[in-house]
Amino acid sequence: MHLAYPAVLSALLFCTGLYGVLARRNAILVLMSVELMLNAVNLNLVAFDVWLSRTAEETLHSGQALTLFTIAIAAAEIGIGLAIVLAVHRNRGTADIDKLRDTAEGHESAPSDEPAEDDGTAPAAEKAEATA
Amino acid sequence: MILAQAPHGFLSPTGVEIAFLLVGLVTFGAALVSVTTKQLVHAALWLVVTLGGLAVEYLLLTAEFIAWVQVLIYVGSVVVLLLFGLMLTRAPIGRSPDADSANRWAALTVAVAAATALVWVVVDAFRATWIDLDGPAAGSTEATGASLFQNWVLPFEALSVLLLAALVGAIVLSRKAKAERSSPSLNSRDTDESSPSVPDARKNPAEQEGAR
Repeated sequence: MHLAYPAVLSALLFCTGLYGVLARRNAILVLMSVELMLNAVNLNLVAFDVWLSRTAEETLHSGQALTLFTIAIAAAEIGIGLAIVLAVHRNRGTADIDKLRDTAEGHESAPSDEPAEDDGTAPAAEKAEATA
Repeated sequence: MILAQAPHGFLSPTGVEIAFLLVGLVTFGAALVSVTTKQLVHAALWLVVTLGGLAVEYLLLTAEFIAWVQVLIYVGSVVVLLLFGLMLTRAPIGRSPDADSANRWAALTVAVAAATALVWVVVDAFRATWIDLDGPAAGSTEATGASLFQNWVLPFEALSVLLLAALVGAIVLSRKAKAERSSPSLNSRDTDESSPSVPDARKNPAEQEGAR
């Protein structure tokens, strides 16, 4: 088999996952796209491992071992990621990553955050006066 | 080296290549639908098709152990976890118009540019490289297990510690709400408002999250 087939498929899948990560709004859909990118890398690892195990004299099968490690780490990552998304959903009532802008700079905050914003800025202004 | 042994060509693809191409088209199409559909649950179901197609591709590349691990872990558990997550975050059934954010066209530009660059470089680099799929399978369970437990034992054990840490971390993250729930006013109001089965129903999702 030509090596370009799995390599091209892997590149296309990776870019599909890249589009999903950048364009999706729901945090769980972003996690799905991350899974797509990880799977593209896995396909590349397996294809190159099969190629190298034929051409090299002796091989450690590092591609397949790393694929197994990637799968295990992806399972751990999806568990932790979903726990975080559920915690955020429980606290904020939304899993929309466009609305989680607490650490954003130079942006108008969401209307629900404004009271907290006022509370935060007023003591800061007082503190600035006190230090001045 | 392999090139000298047997004639290869783009114009005379082998059966394995044709099968790989067809399954690859299905896989790529399912991935595209999965990242563009507006129905959140359908995205997870199309992800099943993508991951299953990738398992078939692993089988075609003679990596059978990886293929079955892919089916077991991805199709069996990761997608189920994703579906649980979608349900627990009250994802709407049906079309949700705000599934894509406003920077969709920027994302499309970045993805197409990256795909063009990657495909160009990969095809140019491996134009004359062929995988020899004849002979014993390169990724049979015996070969994979031997290499894993001869050369990769230490990373394997470290990975088990990582999985344990992830499990404990997920439980801790999910149990945080239980401590906040201890305020008596909330509980009493809940039991007054509705039937006594409500606290049980409320406890069940927390237990499920903890079990995961």
